[in-house]
Amino acid sequence: MTATTPGGWLLVLALTLPAGAMLLGFVAGGRHAQRIALGALAIWLAIALAVALQVQASGAPLAYVIGGWQPPLGMALRADGLAAAMLLTGAVVLLAVALFGQGAYDTPRGAAETRAAYAFWCFLPALAAALAAAFLGGDLFNLFVALEMLTFTALALACLDGKPSQFKSELRYLLFALIGSVLYLLGAGLLYGAYGTLDIALLAGRTRADAPTMVAGALMTAGLIAKMALFPLHFWLPPAHAGAPAAASALLSGLVVKGAFVLLLRLWFWVLPAPVVLGGGTVLAALGATAIVIGSVVALRQERLKLLVAYSTVAQMGYLFLMFPLLAAADADAASRAWLGGVLQAVSHALAKSAMFLAAGLIAVSLGHDRVTSLGGAARVMPITVIAFALGGLSLMGLPPSGGFTAKWLLLRASVETGQWWWSLVILTGGLLTGGYVYRIVAAALAPPAPGCVARAVPRPQELCVLALAVASMLLGVLPLYALGLVRVGAP
Amino acid sequence: MSGTDILALAACGLVAIGLYGVVAQAEVLRKIIAFNLLGAGVFLLFGVVARRGAAAGLAADPVPQAMVITGLVVAFAATALALVLTLRLHQITGAATVAEDPPSGAAPDPASEP
Repeated sequence: MTATTPGGWLLVLALTLPAGAMLLGFVAGGRHAQRIALGALAIWLAIALAVALQVQASGAPLAYVIGGWQPPLGMALRADGLAAAMLLTGAVVLLAVALFGQGAYDTPRGAAETRAAYAFWCFLPALAAALAAAFLGGDLFNLFVALEMLTFTALALACLDGKPSQFKSELRYLLFALIGSVLYLLGAGLLYGAYGTLDIALLAGRTRADAPTMVAGALMTAGLIAKMALFPLHFWLPPAHAGAPAAASALLSGLVVKGAFVLLLRLWFWVLPAPVVLGGGTVLAALGATAIVIGSVVALRQERLKLLVAYSTVAQMGYLFLMFPLLAAADADAASRAWLGGVLQAVSHALAKSAMFLAAGLIAVSLGHDRVTSLGGAARVMPITVIAFALGGLSLMGLPPSGGFTAKWLLLRASVETGQWWWSLVILTGGLLTGGYVYRIVAAALAPPAPGCVARAVPRPQELCVLALAVASMLLGVLPLYALGLVRVGAP
Repeated sequence: MSGTDILALAACGLVAIGLYGVVAQAEVLRKIIAFNLLGAGVFLLFGVVARRGAAAGLAADPVPQAMVITGLVVAFAATALALVLTLRLHQITGAATVAEDPPSGAAPDPASEP
């Protein structure tokens, strides 16, 4: 029995406010769309903060039963610690990207709106609504709709420039995402057939380790990891993320893949029965470990800055899968550390990677290219951007005091404590390789400019947006105790 | 074998054909058609689930049917989006597949992004 908790209306607002802003912006257009989107995203951040504070203060998940109809017939919105933390991350990144996007997608007073600017300001709040639906949804079918909303908005943002070279990689992304969703839906259908409900809270603890559940779980997992670009289904991600405009790449790599990640956690640790999780978790982690090594090595060899950052996403997403076998372990303390580590990795990667993609975009604008070998002089023209890129890189490497350090340290500790020490080798190797490719970029950017190199200065406000994201990713490591309580609320 | 069983088998067949088509066909248009076959199989499966889960006095469980309607709308929108992109791809580059081009200058050129 789910009851609406005090503050449950915040969840409704988190979902309807950005959706409303998208519709309003769509009608108003031009400068108004821009103002509406910026205002809505600022309020959305306040709502996300309020949800997080409420969950933290009450120590229990928030819930809202839509229309007063109880599940399984009705649907519930729920915000536990995981949802609250991811919602807050999404709000911070989206607002920073929106402020950054004022540079490229500004509509000056009196000027006619451009197609790209109109689409950008309409789809930003749409992405916020899709993320809210994915994080707060309490019903597996609702989450399917949220997944599709995420795919459509992400695709629209990725194709913003309408350049021919983009279409092929974005179309491949769409096909992968669609197959992923339809497999997820097939699994959801089987689960409904077996248990007569798709409400996550009702399914929790009731599922049996029988054939329909296993097949459903396998299908849904396959669909979700295709959307998260886990090795060996990662081929679509680097060209799709690198080919998008900088602001869109930051959102795709930072947030959109995390939507599927939250769904995968809900599926594995709330819905699927314990024996399946125990056996399958190791398989997922092995794929994740391969992704870490292969993604990092391929990133190390990239010639293009944006492709390098995109391959780094493949590697960093691999870390998220290491938590699966650690959580299934019997040791409650270690499992709780692995949970926090995994969620923190998702949050810190979202902040750091969006900062790095925005920085890469600024560098490409300034130099007119993004070839890694001729980045010389970049640090002289835009020191703030290069510092932000380096800070993001430090977080990915897992150097203290970054959020990435705390995340990887917790995963490392949990892997040793549960006797699965081999994962710690992967974590350390991944950190070293990450250090390698981050060093390559930073060293190249610090080099003296090549003769004939013309670098334009970039707008200071954009640089500060990037720096803010990178610093947020670093600061995350300094407040672990506070976050500890929040993320644990309602944890499996 | 009851009618529901036949429908269930048909659903499995559609899913299998669709999945094969999505993976094995090179042309995007064929992939999109295969995706729709796959979707039809999934929706049919929801129908079978609805029929089997029928309570006393009802012909079928209405919840999966409501889900199918939502799913159809989503699949329709997805197909339209994919078709528009395919059409633009063909108009601009003349390509009908999403296979990698030969290595020379095939990679998207992120450098010239604004």
